[in-house]
Amino acid sequence: MSAVTYQSSWRRALSPTGNTGDAVFRVLMMLVALLMVGIVVAMVIALAADSMLSIRQFGFGFLTSQRWDPIKGEFGALPFVYGTIASSLIALLISVPFSLGIAIFLVEQAPSYIARPVGFLVELLAAIPSVVYGLWGIFVLAPVLREYVEPALATSFGWLPLFRGSITGIGLLTGGIILAIMVTPIISAVVRDVLAAVPGSQREAALALGATKWEMIRVVLVNGAPGIAGAVILGLGRALGETMAVTMVIGNRPQISLSLFEPSYTIASAIANEFTEATGDLYLSALVELGLILFLVTFIVNGIARLLVWNVTRRTGGVGRAA
Amino acid sequence: MSVSKKSVQFVVWFVVLVFAFVSLACNGGGGGSGSVSLQGAGATFPNPLYQKWLSEYGKLHSNVRIDYQSIGSGGGIKQLKEQTVDFGASDAPMKDDDLKSAPGEVLHIPTVLGAVVITYNLQGVSQPLKFSSEVIADIFLGKIKKWNDPKIAADNSGVALPANDITVVHRSDGSGTSAVFTDYLSKVSAEWKEKVGSGTSPSWPIGIGGKGNEGVTGQVKNTPNTIGYVELAYAVQNKLPVAQIKNASGNFIEPSIDAVTAAASASAANTPEDLRVSITNAAGPQAYPISSYTYILVYKQQKDAAKGKALVDFLWWGIHDGEQFAKELQYAPLPADIVKRAEGKISSITAGGKTLR
Repeated sequence: MSAVTYQSSWRRALSPTGNTGDAVFRVLMMLVALLMVGIVVAMVIALAADSMLSIRQFGFGFLTSQRWDPIKGEFGALPFVYGTIASSLIALLISVPFSLGIAIFLVEQAPSYIARPVGFLVELLAAIPSVVYGLWGIFVLAPVLREYVEPALATSFGWLPLFRGSITGIGLLTGGIILAIMVTPIISAVVRDVLAAVPGSQREAALALGATKWEMIRVVLVNGAPGIAGAVILGLGRALGETMAVTMVIGNRPQISLSLFEPSYTIASAIANEFTEATGDLYLSALVELGLILFLVTFIVNGIARLLVWNVTRRTGGVGRAA
Repeated sequence: MSVSKKSVQFVVWFVVLVFAFVSLACNGGGGGSGSVSLQGAGATFPNPLYQKWLSEYGKLHSNVRIDYQSIGSGGGIKQLKEQTVDFGASDAPMKDDDLKSAPGEVLHIPTVLGAVVITYNLQGVSQPLKFSSEVIADIFLGKIKKWNDPKIAADNSGVALPANDITVVHRSDGSGTSAVFTDYLSKVSAEWKEKVGSGTSPSWPIGIGGKGNEGVTGQVKNTPNTIGYVELAYAVQNKLPVAQIKNASGNFIEPSIDAVTAAASASAANTPEDLRVSITNAAGPQAYPISSYTYILVYKQQKDAAKGKALVDFLWWGIHDGEQFAKELQYAPLPADIVKRAEGKISSITAGGKTLR
């Protein structure tokens, strides 16, 4: 009798319904979730272990040095960190307004016979392999930027250091624009779902109070703010880690220049470019440390973004993230 | 529910059957007495040729199975040192440090030669441009900035050079092509040697980086007033404009397979015993100056006699019969005297103290 109660008590702890199947299922799912955490931890440990040589050699200077010269054995990550963050920021600056526009149009304005095919096409964009975006960048986008956009920017905004320098169509701006095009379908698809999840009663209430369509959309946007922020984080994650398309158009030059026309370099591109032919333990170690830094940059940027979301959610108490 | 359960069962059985079939098929292919399988990894540059070799050699020797993975020269050397492959491959010879830290004596077997060519995009210029070594170094150092610079014009009389800025395009990925090119620049320019040096990923003084031969070509083709460098094979296949380069004898040489073999012949006399040699800026009158060997790397003492024998036979076949496939794939075959010396290297491979040939 007592054995039975004992057994059922631990079983009840695992599964409130007291069903063995439920308990097994619960444990299985827990293991799967823990495995995911374990993989992340294992990655950090592996990256840290393999970059020990470089960490010992350069210490904190690795993060502040601008020199990357594998032949002379001097390694500094700052230009790569700058290029990664700058290109992702440019991408978000361009893609967020576009994505919001697309999502608002699809949810609030377009009739369903337009919204469905357009929504499908936008999602299709997310499925195009990044090397295809890269080729398109080299053969279509870069020439257009070189012939029309960059000269126009230079003549109208040349007083800003951002738009000075030699015009080649290849550089930070091109990388940022390619990224913007790549993250727009992701952000807009998620924002569309978020807006669709805002209850219709909110819209009706706004309209009933005499709001215009634009004012009603503002209400919906405020309600969906945490979800929208989540969508932007998702896009940012893609932009930070994107490798192939960016490396084909960014110019791959480890330098920090205020000019958006100048070539730049991202962490992911540098690893992809140099890892296969890297010889020497220190060189390999420095590349692995770049990977560790990318991991940390992603972690920190995501952390900051989540704090922002949390802040917004607390203030508005809106609908949670749909993604 | 029962339907989906059945279909799940069907899928599971199907997968199990496929696996069983595939593993049986693999055993059938590789099994049997006296069959050997060899693993190789390394340079991407000779990969098309090595794949051709593997398929041709496989037709002749069905009991030998050889795989080659083109993971890059650095990876090839690393895996050879870790003894996870039976042979490695590298465009540049291994450095002394690498040889010392390897667990056994490593032999360099040259297989074919390649070359690096200068390509450019200059609108309105149809005849091939001519460059001296100083001009190339100055352009890639950023000292010559305009196409109509008197130094460029001096070698190109009669060509209408535009007054535009030069945009330099280089490889962004670590590459044997960059290593050969910077090795050449280090030989012909003291300033280059001191400021930049030679290697697979140099710190370029100027220019934009393209990924791979195709990345450099894409940017040169699409951007007016650019100059870049790519492999000879790639330039020929894509019909790119290529420059003639002044060699050490003072002749302007158009890059070609024969001119590359000529560079190897000219350097044969001063090629060291271990065959680790740079043949850039070679002395022969017809030698194209930006050329190099590519190597297969093997241990002199083989652990497994059967594998060692298969490897030795394959290498022997490669530097003799295999050379006939080089030209059609735009690689330069080895000159005769280097084949002789490579024979000596292959013959010196042993297993358990016994020679294998």
